Amino acid sequence: MQPKSPPNPGRRKFLITATSAVGAVGIAGAAVPFLGSWNPSARAEAAGAPAIADISKLAPGELLIVEWRGVPIYVVKHSAESLNQIDKNLERLADPESSEEQQPEYARNKLRSRREGISVLTAVCTHLACAPKYYPQLGVNDFDNNWQGGFFCPCHGSKFDLAGRVYSGVPAPTNLPVPPHYYKSEDILVIGEDGDVS
Amino acid sequence: MVTKIMNWFDDRLPLTATIERHLTKYPAPINMNIWYLAGVLLVVVLVIQLLSGIWLLMNYEPTAEGAFASIQYIMRDVEYGYIIRYMHTTGASAFFALIYLHMFRGMMYGSYQKPRELLWVVGWITYLLLCMLGFTGYVLPWGQMSFWAAQVIMSLFGSIPYIGEDLLIWIRGDYLISGITLNRLFALHVVLLPLALIAVIFVHILALHEVGSNNPDGVDVKKFKDEDGVPLDTKPFFPYDVMHDLYAIGVFLIFFCTIMFFYPDGGGYVIEYVNYEAADNLKTPEHIVPSWYYTPFYAMLRAITFPIFGLSAKFLGFVVMAAGIAIFVALPWLDRSPVKSIKYKGVYSKFFLSLFVVSFFVLGYLGSVAPSPAKTLLAQIFTVGYFSYFLLMPIYSKYETCKPVPDRVQLS
Repeated sequence: MQPKSPPNPGRRKFLITATSAVGAVGIAGAAVPFLGSWNPSARAEAAGAPAIADISKLAPGELLIVEWRGVPIYVVKHSAESLNQIDKNLERLADPESSEEQQPEYARNKLRSRREGISVLTAVCTHLACAPKYYPQLGVNDFDNNWQGGFFCPCHGSKFDLAGRVYSGVPAPTNLPVPPHYYKSEDILVIGEDGDVS
Repeated sequence: MVTKIMNWFDDRLPLTATIERHLTKYPAPINMNIWYLAGVLLVVVLVIQLLSGIWLLMNYEPTAEGAFASIQYIMRDVEYGYIIRYMHTTGASAFFALIYLHMFRGMMYGSYQKPRELLWVVGWITYLLLCMLGFTGYVLPWGQMSFWAAQVIMSLFGSIPYIGEDLLIWIRGDYLISGITLNRLFALHVVLLPLALIAVIFVHILALHEVGSNNPDGVDVKKFKDEDGVPLDTKPFFPYDVMHDLYAIGVFLIFFCTIMFFYPDGGGYVIEYVNYEAADNLKTPEHIVPSWYYTPFYAMLRAITFPIFGLSAKFLGFVVMAAGIAIFVALPWLDRSPVKSIKYKGVYSKFFLSLFVVSFFVLGYLGSVAPSPAKTLLAQIFTVGYFSYFLLMPIYSKYETCKPVPDRVQLS
């Protein structure tokens, strides 16, 4: 048996639409706490505070690993030799001019550094977030016949030079990011804040 | 007496009707072969996983500080804890091995074709859920490979243009993979995903019993019926199929227990050795590989090393990998063949199905070893091979000459 058609179909249709719309708004509202609770908690945000490193003992050619927000930050002091060689592989780099937004404005220069001779790089491969390994030795090695120092990712073979610039023809799409950082004094490096940008 | 009790129930619940519809009168084709065992074995593995999972839960601690230690506690101090854990890890591999066989059976005999399109789609959803269960469960022991697998897989979402970075933080709930991430994956792995899996498998079986099982000849067994309306080329599921399924379950459990008791690591495939080391976010393992059941898709991800249309290679790799998993769902609409089973399809279908199988295995191998330029090229070639089975299907399945299909099933 068919139900009798309502005496006022327009009104019934309006009521169904209105109830459905209010119901949908209610569901959207109820979804807010569930989706929002996946955002970083206050504790997680506090743990993401800046990291401070003393670089007074860092010798040329050495690498210092600092942890910031749970990822390794590489601080490299270039040796005179590596600074001389750094442009030897320029034509093999994908983005030698750092045109991709992978560094703060103050690090958009040749060596992608705020202070000449020191590179501060997020050691998270831009391919799939492994930590690239530091290979400062120049010359021939397992993965390159003309290596000018830099970082090699053991996961999928991405290569970066000492300034964190990516080689072309590797899975990683962009240069290693330069995290926000500033020098509080001659020896104190603060990672995670831009400090006084001037 | 028994009749009286059954009548009492039948007045309040469709008990007899349900038993008859799904067991004693469910018509199973008489020419079903060994490939049809994967389905019932999957149900067995589901039960194993649910039971062993609940028992693991009794001693597992879902925190970044305690997770790794609690696994060692289960392995060393809890009575029979190591058996329960090995049951669960072996079950995970068995689940995937069987579902791949089950899916391949469907591809071979055209079980996705009309009227079984929805059955196939629902089955594909169970496969997706299984992939998510596999991934979330893999992170829980909080070993090195757990941590870095989570890092690699989650960072894929960061490659999505515009929203990627924020989406990544939202998924992780932190600026890195942390205890917060572990806790949410834990909640998904032990509550949400298993509930969804059970619900979807229930729908899968309902849909199967609505349209009926396909068979190796791909003929419609309902065409010829006896005077009682029972299809001629079928037998009741209970007791006939249940009996030989029990035998198959016995044989399967021999293999299962051999791995569980004697080779629980499975040569590093069932449990990876790197995962015996606790998670360390400052130390990447030398070589990150996913579990064997994801390696074909991982190889596709790595095969894309070049940007197109301003989209990064990483994002495109993610898209290709996702497409490799997603494309199965389109099969019912890609296949234009008038014939279901590969037995009667033409030579092109046979070629492309073989190409698919070879590509799947080669990619599976390539995804499990360290990359090199030659291997990347090989992965690119076989990624094309993999997709050509699907994407060229509307053409080759339409224009090939098929063999005539018999009216009734063939018993060799």
